[in-house]
Amino acid sequence: MEKVLMKGNEAIAEAAILAGCRHYFGYPITPQTEVAAYMAKRMPKIDGVFLQAESEIAAINMVYGVAATGKRCMTSSSSPGIALKCEGISYLAGADLPALIVNVQRGGPGLGGIQPSQSDYFLATRGPGHGDFHVIVLAPAAVQEMADLTYKGFDLAEKYRMPVMLLADGTMGQMMEPVSLPEPQEIKEAPEWATVGTKCQRKHNIANSLYLSPAELEQLNFQRFERYAEIEKNECLWEEYLMDDAEYCVVSCGITARVAKNAIAEARAKGIKVGLIRPITLWPFPKAPLAAAADKVKSFLTVELSMGQMREDVLLATECKKPVFACNRVGGMIPAPEEVLAAIEKMTK
Amino acid sequence: MRENQIVIAGFGGQGLLFSGKVLAYAGMVEGRYLSWLPSYGPEMRGGTANCNVILSDREIGSPIVNHPDILMVMNGPSLDKFEKDVVPGGKIFIDSSLITRKVERTDVEAYYIPASSMAREMGAPSLANMVLLGALVKATDCVTEEGLDAGLQKVIPARKADMLDINRKMLKAGMDVL
Amino acid sequence: MVVFEKPKALTDTVLHYCPGCTHGIIHRLVAEVMDELGIEGKTVGVAPVGCSVLAYNYFACDMVEAAHGRAPAVATGIKRSLPENVVFTYQGDGDLASIGMCETVHAAARGENITVIFINNAIYGMTGGQMAPTSLIGQVTQTSPYGRSAETQGYPIRVCEMLATLDGPAYLERVTVNNVKNVRNAKKAIKKAFQNQLDGKGFSLVEVLSSCPTNWGMTPQKALEWIDEKMIPQYPLGVYKDKEV
Repeated sequence: MEKVLMKGNEAIAEAAILAGCRHYFGYPITPQTEVAAYMAKRMPKIDGVFLQAESEIAAINMVYGVAATGKRCMTSSSSPGIALKCEGISYLAGADLPALIVNVQRGGPGLGGIQPSQSDYFLATRGPGHGDFHVIVLAPAAVQEMADLTYKGFDLAEKYRMPVMLLADGTMGQMMEPVSLPEPQEIKEAPEWATVGTKCQRKHNIANSLYLSPAELEQLNFQRFERYAEIEKNECLWEEYLMDDAEYCVVSCGITARVAKNAIAEARAKGIKVGLIRPITLWPFPKAPLAAAADKVKSFLTVELSMGQMREDVLLATECKKPVFACNRVGGMIPAPEEVLAAIEKMTK
Repeated sequence: MRENQIVIAGFGGQGLLFSGKVLAYAGMVEGRYLSWLPSYGPEMRGGTANCNVILSDREIGSPIVNHPDILMVMNGPSLDKFEKDVVPGGKIFIDSSLITRKVERTDVEAYYIPASSMAREMGAPSLANMVLLGALVKATDCVTEEGLDAGLQKVIPARKADMLDINRKMLKAGMDVL
Repeated sequence: MVVFEKPKALTDTVLHYCPGCTHGIIHRLVAEVMDELGIEGKTVGVAPVGCSVLAYNYFACDMVEAAHGRAPAVATGIKRSLPENVVFTYQGDGDLASIGMCETVHAAARGENITVIFINNAIYGMTGGQMAPTSLIGQVTQTSPYGRSAETQGYPIRVCEMLATLDGPAYLERVTVNNVKNVRNAKKAIKKAFQNQLDGKGFSLVEVLSSCPTNWGMTPQKALEWIDEKMIPQYPLGVYKDKEV
């Protein structure tokens, strides 16, 4: 397909439509409002549904309703709004319903700011809501990936019957880059579990997360975690950049991975053998390449727009075999390549 | 390897993001790697606004321009803010109808173009940005003139096709200054 | 020969409600209406959090369990996905008028084409008898042990009257089920609320004044009388909005 120039937020919206999503519910919040604006324009023209909900809470519950009917559906928001959606995300997980939730992160805590951030890493990767559960977390680092991972997110959500979160940041949402959009998907028939009416021909379907018997609830949790183990085995995504001969490894995702690439190019020019591992799935976290790198490199450096939330996953994945240094900026600040370069040079000393 | 790191800055409403988009589309038409990143937030309404554009022959790392080699400014605060960031040998394009002071640095090239006055005289006061952009493209060759025109055609929606000619005229006026 | 049968739209699951609770009557009325309108096969019900949290086990149609208060938003999603189906919520006073008031008001304001069955028994039943947004002034509950005081706990909310100020709703009626005549009227109202949806009229809500003998600390008979004596003066029965009229 011919490349088009799009904002990241618009690429999400168009890719969702191409993936067969016809139901979008949202509530305005910077810096992701373009998703809603795009959907508001497009959905009525393709027999889709755009509804500006009364709240983030209502929006995620509308998503829950559509998800129960077996159709592809989504909502999008930014950090404070995602916190409000956590209740609904937990119910989606508990009822084993697929949906896509987009989080174009901004700085916090509280009302925080509106500039880019990655500080919802814990919230997203540890299960955004009450109870024992995970969502698949996808972290795009280009407008092309905003489209591709949105598209893939719907497939993953459906395959594993669980919510998927696209965890972007304000930069990814606002920037424009050329994008090749994916092919439109056929809209599928409702799956057998969907609550679409019994037609008086089968026992009723129930979309539910309430199990008052502890033994039954435990079994359901066990089963869900067996599914999660499958996902950890099959669905990890990451990019390796200049890792073949690397003696040092930078770990970063999203916008900071791109800043890190600039810094790595400069470090290489100075003769420092440094590479990058960029996790694309944050849950499941790509432990294998990090474990492999831990046997090879002298140390790691995480570059994040948080106080080091992903660093904990790097420590776990590498079993603390090598030092893990950190370069953190928060509150909407983004490190310049020189800053990352300085951190790389410090790591080598 | 050719790469331009461009900052376009001024007041919200001066068409700065639009100018950046024209460059971005021109870059796309020419098959180059590119990124376009706007400032966003409440300051977009009447306050300062800017966008970062990178045009490159190789894949772009960070889309954030910390050290532009091309700076286009349409208000004093933006010149104050970004002048120090320009790389030595970089080029600064100034709407001298709106910015009275001169560039302080001696290691950069400054172009003073009375874009707003020119645009007003040509009957399109809101298109000073295009006059300045025309000069910028002429002086830097960051995109070709053909590419610029193709980019313009992409960024102006079909329903506003009547705007194409006036935008072309403004770009041309900017080019002709140099 | 007339045989008294269980409505087809109810499953065989034994209801868990307390003796004397009127939830059972209202479940039956909803199911009878589904049978009479022949809509069980295309209905999706939304159960709330509260005493009727297990309603998904009792209605034979497809069911979705919502988070506390979110039933109107969940129903909105289902209805927007399946506009040809029938979607109803079944909610108590805490669910609909306290934690879910925002969803209730906005679904009503949108004129969302759904049917809402609202059970008002002036108390939180499932958690053991705490004050509800509809508890009466002076009513003793676990969390208003000295009686609900207007000064510190505010006033009970009249949902039908409040929603009637909106342009969105098609039909709002308050009924009760404390005697045979009232049960008959309640069924008429519930049927109309479903028929409205089939006719595409929009948001229809039936508020049913219901009894909670267990948490009110009364015999079932006394509880039914209490509806007449105390609840109806605060919550007068009647039609509050009917777009046909």
